[in-house]
Amino acid sequence: MNTYIKYFVFSASFASALFIGTMNWASAYSIYVSNEKDNTISVIDSELLEVIHTAEVGERPRGIELSKDKKYLYICASDDDIVEVMDLETYEIVHTLPSGPDPELMVLGPEGKLLYVANEDDNLVTVVDVENRRVVVEIPVGIEPEGLGISPDGKWLVNTSETTNMAHFINLETNQVEYNVLVDTRPRVAQFTADAKQVWVSSEIGGTVAVIDTESHEIIKKIGFEIPGIRPESVQPVGIKISHDQSKVFVALGPAARIGVIDRETLEVVDYLLVGQRVWNLDLSPDGSRVYTTNGVSNDVSVIDVNSLKVLKSIPVGRLPWGVLTREES
Amino acid sequence: MTNSRNLICGVLSFIFATILCANPVLAAEIEVNIAYLGIEEEPHIPLSLVDLPVEDNGIRGAELALKDNVTTGSFLGHKYDLKVAHPESAHLRDTFLNSLNENIRIFIVDLPIKELLEISQLPEAKASLLFNIRAPDDELRNDLCQANTLHILPSRAMLADALAQYLAWKRWYKWILISGQTSVDQAFAKAVRRAAKRFGAKIIDDITWEFKPGARRTDSGHVTEQQVIPSATQTRDYDFAIVADEADHFGEYLSYRTFRPRPVGGTQGLVPTSWHRSHEQWGGTQLQRRFKKLADRDMTPRDYSAWVAMRAIGEAVVKANSGDSSEIRAALFDPNYKLAAFKGVPLTFRTWNGQLRQPILVSGPKALITVSPQRQFLHERSPLDTLGYDLPDSLCQEFSSIE
Repeated sequence: MNTYIKYFVFSASFASALFIGTMNWASAYSIYVSNEKDNTISVIDSELLEVIHTAEVGERPRGIELSKDKKYLYICASDDDIVEVMDLETYEIVHTLPSGPDPELMVLGPEGKLLYVANEDDNLVTVVDVENRRVVVEIPVGIEPEGLGISPDGKWLVNTSETTNMAHFINLETNQVEYNVLVDTRPRVAQFTADAKQVWVSSEIGGTVAVIDTESHEIIKKIGFEIPGIRPESVQPVGIKISHDQSKVFVALGPAARIGVIDRETLEVVDYLLVGQRVWNLDLSPDGSRVYTTNGVSNDVSVIDVNSLKVLKSIPVGRLPWGVLTREES
Repeated sequence: MTNSRNLICGVLSFIFATILCANPVLAAEIEVNIAYLGIEEEPHIPLSLVDLPVEDNGIRGAELALKDNVTTGSFLGHKYDLKVAHPESAHLRDTFLNSLNENIRIFIVDLPIKELLEISQLPEAKASLLFNIRAPDDELRNDLCQANTLHILPSRAMLADALAQYLAWKRWYKWILISGQTSVDQAFAKAVRRAAKRFGAKIIDDITWEFKPGARRTDSGHVTEQQVIPSATQTRDYDFAIVADEADHFGEYLSYRTFRPRPVGGTQGLVPTSWHRSHEQWGGTQLQRRFKKLADRDMTPRDYSAWVAMRAIGEAVVKANSGDSSEIRAALFDPNYKLAAFKGVPLTFRTWNGQLRQPILVSGPKALITVSPQRQFLHERSPLDTLGYDLPDSLCQEFSSIE
């Protein structure tokens, strides 16, 4: 492992000189970051760990999602009340999708046809057909819907509502809310485990992550975060990602400027990693070896090595970076 | 007016019934009865011709939060009922007692200090829970505090401290203070003098505004005020002019007219406030938009306090799983109680006087300038306790049983 890190640091500093060499052992990928204040998407190259392109998009881009063929990026342009579709070859917006007002976060169904969009202003989840670019149905949920997690089989959608403080379990065959689980104040992100047995839900103001059993719809555990020297009110969990081997869960803790690392087995916090200020969202690299985080106040992206749990680098991006995702080059 | 508002509440429960249908199992039903208590009065006519008088100040915020509570409640089997009353002040006591007879124990109180005390000090009010959304008086948090009254809006001391912290951060330590003659102006001036001591500022000149307020439409102030203000503010050099004009009689005239070219703040100009249209951080956009959609105007600080009061009740009902005022009160003071109110941090209640801890916005007329507490001011418990009366300064004895 050590040699890997050394090699990485070495390659980062001399990246341009060694570009061809590094290409041989790791597959290259891109990292896309939405900059809420700048109205741009930053494109980061995984080898250089630098921004290689900045694309202009609509007003206040937040949630981003890849199309199933990975050729297009869906972008919630919140203040334009629309989802923009960007061609990732040309970085041009090729068309838009209707989204309902103030789209914030979205998730694509596993078949790649239906996009589920949370409309913060209208207490709805809008279901959009990305092929014929039409709204299929609107599902009423709690006040200020935010996070969306879809089960691996595409049968259940979990939506969090920020003011109602609930995770709503929506049956996607009937588009009806079937179960409601009360979680702590201002829930944000919902994330299914790969085996679909649990949903993890972060509560920004409550300062906890709830692990919900998808059979009983009961909370197995609420995980709190105690960081020495950090005031409890600064701990604001938002983004959640589960490692590819399902052994660790990474939670972005907002103004605490830390990523909490949770052991899946014990449900205990095992480490805190110092990243940038107001860390909001995160994504794993396609091979699962790294985590990328968006740090809204320090305007950068932190790069974390998953095996050693070390923060390798921070990459300056646009103002108020919000969403992040990675894409393997085809 | 009252009837139409009750009707609105009925319609609300109907709208949210559609969501209710999605839930197969509901817990035993809990009823939460709340009254919004104001008095019949003419709306305040602002000095500025730009600002419109607000006729339904406060209540619309409570209505919006009621919708939020009803939605959550529909998933949990909690039913909310809001009664609205604006009696003539002579009938205030009777209206309150009638509400008690109707089994209401939770009140959102939109009353000035005198009327608030008239209610809260009644022996019959002992088991009630009053949420003060209007009276910023520091006495209500100190020697005149009542165990049945929680203060949602910030006190004058909290507002003055919030402004003072920003001025200290700017190193603008030399102030002049220009105060009006009404009792509310003087009360704000007192809070400013206290803030100056706490944060190391010096009041170079303490000026009382002695000119009588004129007709607001006459010459828009530009002829007479242009002559009067420079001479009234001709003092030794200073950094910042603080105006104490809660009555809104002259403060708007001061900016750009002072003898020296210095900024103005306080009750006008750069204002410390619980809510402002310029604030859209931490999801604030959503609350601003939802309110505008409901009320067809911008949210005022009083609307915000009413919204917070109603949400505070809703959160406590969920935590306590009860509509009983004493159980709701216990939930509000539970160490794990955290209220989300678009201020970036959880809001909680001070156990020594029932004041809601909250960050204070410091805003210009058209843009948010900063949010206090400033990071440089540290505190053993919470940075929010650097604003207003902290535990060691508090003269309130009524809350000692809670800790």
